Amino acid sequence: MIWDAVILGAGHNGLVTACYLARAGMKVCVVEKNDWIGGAAVSRELTPGFTYSNCSYVSSLFRPEIMRDLELPRHGLQILPYEGGAVLKEDGGFLAMYRDHDANRREFARHSPRDAEAYDIYSRDVQRHCRFIRPLLLRTPADPASFRPRDIGELIWIGKHMSGLSEQQIAEMVRFWTMSISDYLDHYFENPVIKAYLAVSAIIGTALGPMSPGSAYVLLHHYMGDVDGNVGAWGFARGGMGAITRALAASFTATGGEIRTGSPVGKVLVKNGRAVGVALANGDEIRAKRVISNMDVKRTMLRHVEEAELPQDYVSSVRRFKTRGSSGKLNIALDALPRFPALPEGAPHLRGDLHFTDSIERMERAYDDWKSGHFSRDPFQDVMIPTTIDPTMTPPGKHFMSCFVQYAPPKIEGRDWTDADRDAFGRTCLDQIERYSPGFKDLVLHVEVRTPRELEAEVGLTDGNIFQGELTFDQLLFNRPVPGYANYRTPVRDLWICGSSTHPGGGVMGAPGRNAAAEILRDAKRPARDMSDAWAVL
Amino acid sequence: MTGPRFDTAPLLETPFHPRTTAANRLQNWAGWSGYRTAGCYGDSEMEHSAIRNAATLYDITPMTKYRIAGPEAEACLNRLTLRNLAKLPVGSVQYTAWTDDAGKVMDDGTLFRIGPDRFRLCCQERHLPWLLDSAQGFDVEIADETEAVAAVALQGPTSASVLTAAGFDVSALKPFRMQDYPFRDGRLLISRTGFTGDLGYELWVAPTDAVALWDHLMAQGAPFGLVPAGTEAVMLARTEAGFLTANLDFIPAQQALREDRVRSPLELGLGWMIDWDKGHFTGRRALLAERDGQLSRWAIVGLDIPGNVSAEGSVLYYGKKREAGFITAACWSPTLKRNLAIAHVAARYAACDDLWVEIYAQRELQYHKLMLPVRKTERPFFAPDRRRATPPGRF
Repeated sequence: MIWDAVILGAGHNGLVTACYLARAGMKVCVVEKNDWIGGAAVSRELTPGFTYSNCSYVSSLFRPEIMRDLELPRHGLQILPYEGGAVLKEDGGFLAMYRDHDANRREFARHSPRDAEAYDIYSRDVQRHCRFIRPLLLRTPADPASFRPRDIGELIWIGKHMSGLSEQQIAEMVRFWTMSISDYLDHYFENPVIKAYLAVSAIIGTALGPMSPGSAYVLLHHYMGDVDGNVGAWGFARGGMGAITRALAASFTATGGEIRTGSPVGKVLVKNGRAVGVALANGDEIRAKRVISNMDVKRTMLRHVEEAELPQDYVSSVRRFKTRGSSGKLNIALDALPRFPALPEGAPHLRGDLHFTDSIERMERAYDDWKSGHFSRDPFQDVMIPTTIDPTMTPPGKHFMSCFVQYAPPKIEGRDWTDADRDAFGRTCLDQIERYSPGFKDLVLHVEVRTPRELEAEVGLTDGNIFQGELTFDQLLFNRPVPGYANYRTPVRDLWICGSSTHPGGGVMGAPGRNAAAEILRDAKRPARDMSDAWAVL
Repeated sequence: MTGPRFDTAPLLETPFHPRTTAANRLQNWAGWSGYRTAGCYGDSEMEHSAIRNAATLYDITPMTKYRIAGPEAEACLNRLTLRNLAKLPVGSVQYTAWTDDAGKVMDDGTLFRIGPDRFRLCCQERHLPWLLDSAQGFDVEIADETEAVAAVALQGPTSASVLTAAGFDVSALKPFRMQDYPFRDGRLLISRTGFTGDLGYELWVAPTDAVALWDHLMAQGAPFGLVPAGTEAVMLARTEAGFLTANLDFIPAQQALREDRVRSPLELGLGWMIDWDKGHFTGRRALLAERDGQLSRWAIVGLDIPGNVSAEGSVLYYGKKREAGFITAACWSPTLKRNLAIAHVAARYAACDDLWVEIYAQRELQYHKLMLPVRKTERPFFAPDRRRATPPGRF
């Protein structure tokens, strides 16, 4: 049989593409190398009774338009907004975060009265940038070097979109997209802890330090999502992030799609310059009218397509696409809720993000270790305990703790990671938490430690880069993944890319998968069914 | 001797007030049938999320409660209400409604059969004159017991876990059934009922035991995420479930100033309740005529609206031009990620073809007018399997 489409990889974007194509009437098969689905939006039970969010751990970017189009709540998806969070200071103090505006202002004022009020101005300014970028998320980026009518039409649309902006706002935007988060925050704030807290979103998943130019955009990338219209808010997926891909898979199979797990890809089959299917590693061939890869562009093009089928300049561009990994992850099963003596008993702080990095300088020092090819000796950690809200992931009274860690390089001093390196990395992180929560380590029942090595080996992320390619300005919009191929196409006809290597990039957003489906359907001259355009929120 | 001062304290405090006031971080109160109840304890979105994710306590003491007892209570209520009480065994609850002689809905509510000859009717509005008049000729006593019974709704997917931890075994309790439990020196009645469309229970207790019950539930429920929820969160939950509320989705017949505001059960989508064969009941003749002559003038419909702007209070148009109806309840549903509405449409537009909604979306003071096509959709909007599962799930 010849499928209408075969999709390589059952990550969230691959499944989003699969769902839209199936709804448009295509016969679609998804192949996944692991015995489970989910890619980096995955929840596995590695120790009995405990479900983890093994990679990604919070949700905000996932487009509500997609949730609605694909009826994901009906298939089990529920997003839980959370509140709280705190930065624990080295001197024993803390900075807390609250959903209530006035509680938050008073807490900030405890550290700096000026910053407490500056925060509203800062939020307004970042939201202005969100207002500009959000409508671009569900559109194929226009190629300014092309004279195809659609690109010209899209450029006109962007022109109109920008004509509402003042000259000053355009200048602000260009500055914001190119400057460092440290410089940006200096415009608004004076207090080091407040700055350290706000800088976090600019380094997550990024091989940049807070003082590196370009880091401010990464903050925007983490700010532009929403939970039910609250822009910048984050939530948990009930049951772990795997609930997102489980719901996508259920929606997909309900419309007739097929998923084959335990089916690693060998080569994309190319005939006369067109993709005609895929040969699995076990030799089985799946014939399809089009092949769509959810893998990152490097893995797709450099490992699974014969180089002879590709123009040399394209291959060179793909090789140069930056995918430097920068982060690791600890998933911990806990016997009880840990105590942090610095925080008041019963306060909501444990229900949000906990950080221990109380200045941008410390964050930058952590990055310095990465630059010299070592994991951070004093790492930045984003610690969350989703089970303070989600009753489904552990037995009552037990907890799951997710620790996102920076920085961890793809290679240790130029060589591959070893198990000993990984264990040392894990110990460094646990020791840091223990300093703020004495007795913490006694609560630990099980730990999964993931370095870029594990992320690449298991999830397939080249160099362990969680965004399938860094989110720097040179790799965004019409330059993502490489100039001339931002429209989800590749030099091989009928071979498409739908993952986070494409516009608008990484995070559990689903937008690349949705946009790829829109292009594929247009190319196939099939009307898209149930596909919403971006909604206005701000 | 002076009586109570109604001028200085028109709103009563419920028996749970010592605890609800301590929990009410914003001191956000709203009047409800003569009581002061929490509109929001601090964050309605989080409270709503707890209804769908964990468990919540919602003080429903202000619900109007009538005690209807006597040898002919069943016959009296069979004549008053639309459903057949012969099919309601002791220990069961019916969601029901009743009409005036013209077949127009006076209210809807829940009817509890506490004993063979003893019932409790819970509803939004007050109906004592109508109930007393309807009871003429029946050997039955009717009295308002609103202040004599404290009630709290425990709703959400972990609500059964909360009750189990609190020592009340509800594993065999099916939807619309109730059971009596000993509590302190008295009794506690637990019914598997609610207004959220989710797994949930309502707990009925003597006012003197109310605070002890609240404390016991909050202490045992903490590991299951139990928090108090206010009216804003509960009303969002009821809208996404698609349930009707008197005076929000229909005007009770006895209150309508304009004669065209009243609705029949057929027009409110409650036709399924009517037991045409149970013998005579108030409004039967008018409803038969309406049914057989297809005289319904209105239809209540569930609508799915594109985008994310809630259509509360919006007007519906046929072909973008001719007025065809109006929306009574609407929300962006955080649970379903859909933009939903309950609407009245003129009967000839009941299919909702070529129907449009005019929404005024406020963006920083200024309204932007949207004209969007609507699609008819099933009600209840939210009806998860866990709401009916017996034994109930852990979460």
